[in-house]
Amino acid sequence: MEANPAALPTPSRARAGIRLPGLGVGLARGYVVLYLSLIVLLPLAAMTDQSLSEGLGTFWDQVTTPQALRSLELTLIASLIVVAINGVFGTILAWLLVRDEFPCKAAINAVIDLPFALPTIVASLILIQLWGPNSPLGVDIAVTKAAVVVALLFVTLPFVVRAVQPLLIEMDREMEEAAASLGAGGFTIFRRIIFPNLLPGLAAGVALAFARALGEFGSVLLFAGGLPDTMVSSVYIRQLIETGNETGAAAVSVVLLLASVALLGLVTLFQRWGSRHERSTATSAAAGVTVMPLSGEEPAKTREDDERE
Amino acid sequence: MGISVEGANKSFGDFQALNDVAIEVPDGSLTALLGPSGSGKSTLLRAIAGLETLDSGSVLIDGEDVSTKPTQKREVGFVFQHYAAFKHMTVYENVGFGLKIRKEDKQKINARVHELLDLVQLHGLADRYPSQLSGGQRQRMALARALAVEPQVLLLDEPFGALDAKVRKDLRTWLRRLHDEMHVTTIFVTHDQEEAMDVANQLVVMNDGRVEQSGTAGELYEQPSNEFVMSFVGEVNRIGDAFVRPHDMEVVRDADQSTVEGMVQRIVALGFEIRAEFVLGDGTEVWAQLTRSELERLELREGQIAYLRPVQAKSFNGETPSESQGASTPPGSEDGGDAEVTAEAV
Amino acid sequence: MSVSSGTAGRWSLRVLGLGYILLLLLLPLALIFYKTFEDGISPPLEAITSENGMHAFKLTLITVAIAVPLNTIFGVICSLLLVRHKSRGSWLIDAVINLPFAISPIVIGLSLFLLYGSNGWFGPGLEEAGIKILFSTPGIVLACIFVSLPFVVRETVPVLQEIGTEQEQAASTLGANGWQTFWRITLPAIRWGVAYGVVLTTARVLGEFGAVTIVSGSISGQTQTLPLFVAKEYENFSLPGAFGASVVLALLALATLLAMNLLKRKEDA
Repeated sequence: MEANPAALPTPSRARAGIRLPGLGVGLARGYVVLYLSLIVLLPLAAMTDQSLSEGLGTFWDQVTTPQALRSLELTLIASLIVVAINGVFGTILAWLLVRDEFPCKAAINAVIDLPFALPTIVASLILIQLWGPNSPLGVDIAVTKAAVVVALLFVTLPFVVRAVQPLLIEMDREMEEAAASLGAGGFTIFRRIIFPNLLPGLAAGVALAFARALGEFGSVLLFAGGLPDTMVSSVYIRQLIETGNETGAAAVSVVLLLASVALLGLVTLFQRWGSRHERSTATSAAAGVTVMPLSGEEPAKTREDDERE
Repeated sequence: MGISVEGANKSFGDFQALNDVAIEVPDGSLTALLGPSGSGKSTLLRAIAGLETLDSGSVLIDGEDVSTKPTQKREVGFVFQHYAAFKHMTVYENVGFGLKIRKEDKQKINARVHELLDLVQLHGLADRYPSQLSGGQRQRMALARALAVEPQVLLLDEPFGALDAKVRKDLRTWLRRLHDEMHVTTIFVTHDQEEAMDVANQLVVMNDGRVEQSGTAGELYEQPSNEFVMSFVGEVNRIGDAFVRPHDMEVVRDADQSTVEGMVQRIVALGFEIRAEFVLGDGTEVWAQLTRSELERLELREGQIAYLRPVQAKSFNGETPSESQGASTPPGSEDGGDAEVTAEAV
Repeated sequence: MSVSSGTAGRWSLRVLGLGYILLLLLLPLALIFYKTFEDGISPPLEAITSENGMHAFKLTLITVAIAVPLNTIFGVICSLLLVRHKSRGSWLIDAVINLPFAISPIVIGLSLFLLYGSNGWFGPGLEEAGIKILFSTPGIVLACIFVSLPFVVRETVPVLQEIGTEQEQAASTLGANGWQTFWRITLPAIRWGVAYGVVLTTARVLGEFGAVTIVSGSISGQTQTLPLFVAKEYENFSLPGAFGASVVLALLALATLLAMNLLKRKEDA
């Protein structure tokens, strides 16, 4: 419990706010570090250990088997296609949701999060129903490369929409009005004013979507299946586990893990880039806390001091 | 390029922002749209720019009806209260934006941008980003940006509202000088009557979506057409039906039929003027503006009783405002006629 | 859209955007409801109220009941740490918390499998102590905690930043100690952010498939959660079971969306 409840924060160390209830800060830090280590870091370390347990040579061999490479290629290319498509459609949807009015807008806004909320295996199932052997539309792309793309489109759509939406909401409309008063037409305004300001957030959303696409499993499993040509890396890893090749599975997993970490780094970079010209988001980015786009909520408004003379 | 607006009406849902508004802005003038929040002044300005569409009525620029023209084509320069700087572009790119999209060649843009940056005293800051500038600098950049494309008309929406007092005063002077040099028809919106009177040659006072009165600062101050204008433009005391300016309120030690009794509540020295606050017998609070020598001569203290005489007063019963002047003669005066008090600059 | 596109532009955007959603999200969703109840309600109902189905349902709920509170407590404490008591290591904590967003669930499952497996670091020790992690509920819970770790933190941090410290400082000056301030000032201020995070966490735990597949072995009637049940039924060509369970999960997803929406509005208010 607090020894000196009336003490105001000392100016020298900007000790903002309260002390954690009942615990010291040190204890809290210990708890957080322990929790993260136990839940996240140790398992990943164990996996990395396993991947190298038979030496670097084996690691390399496992990662470069024909199927491993085929799966990796499929995964990468499909993911790239998907984020490109969803980059465009996601932006369009964010635009419609923020700037346009149409019936059922609130419902559509909610439905965007469906891929977030729906279990991936169910997604796989419902995609098979619409685009598989019994498709009412007569389109059967089950167990093809196209199926991979469609499944990934499904699960990554919310990432881009929710990354762009807050930016559009927060965007200073007066910049657009100023551009109009200077003679810029609609498309010019989008190209030179709106888009450059969206770009960092869009890039962050795309990077996150890409990371998700690379590792996606449930939605691809039933829909794209496990043929050599339609097997994404995550399905391949599972196959390796089932055939008892734990080292191989670990090796390929490490490759995916490294890609994930790299992408997360990119996301942080893009967000810092985006806050270069702002002051409000600069505070959160500078705090080292990444702001993950999760849903269409308004971004936290920190107090802006306008008058700085 | 003169501007005129006729029969303008605009509502936002239930709220009527403009109610049959008509104004005339002569070519080359510097006009202020003055009024409290919600008076419709910003809406009117934005309607002139094309950023709002009128429900009915028309906007004419240089005799041409532009009501159906989009903003892009109206050639109006617009300056926003919060600058609307293009955050992702440098100062140079901001100012040059209008020229760039008109596909002017690089050298011409370069020359013009630097010319304007010198004009607005932002020389040397061309490569900075708006977030690196102070508020006053950003606003000057916004002005340079608007002027770069040589607009017919310059519209400023509470341009100094987001700045603090000292900067506001400096930029005010600076705007007037700029206008003297460039002679572009300029309209600016403000709620600050001092600012309007200081800068503009014509004031349009608005309230509740209507134009109350327009004219020069002097005209509005001396001959306000109604109670609202009188109280908005300059300070005013109200005694019954009469409205008296504080500097028209004479304070004397001896009573007579023309005076009213009041007790001194507070004496405040505000810079060069002294403000003596009184409460009258019926509870009305009034204040009189005095000079230091008057204060000393009268030897006024808080709690004392003194007598107040309106030298000039206006009342607005019915349509036409009427004036009345103090009946008594100031001591020592030869005239015996009307006592004239010079209006002190407010 | 007053300063931008004309009407033709606006309509083409609408057609593109809304058409995309219809095709990608809405039609498949509608179809599953249709297909499930095509032959009436009894086939799917029977299938999910079967022994395996009910077990899967229960196991899923148990997992939620354990994983979500644990991650919520962690999330609140961690947010307070990150926002109010920043240190030089904060960026690392932040980075690790973001990992579950980007790592494949299969990789997550495998890493747990290897840590607690019979050749793993913890495996033999725990076996001797008689604690079974893999192919059992604890493993499933651990996997779900891993995958749903970030949500409460991610949603609470911005709210904490936004409310600032002034209210808490005011409480201090009025004599409140740390716990009182937390309980009466901080917690009420962040509750909608936390609630939102809890909803997201729950949805994630309910629907987790890849990681749980690996750690549980998907043993019917024992270590099968509802998503695993869906997969098994489908693989066994038992469509009513797969569809029925899918509908249950889809309904839970829609309920989640509803909760998300309501809470989002509370958060913005």
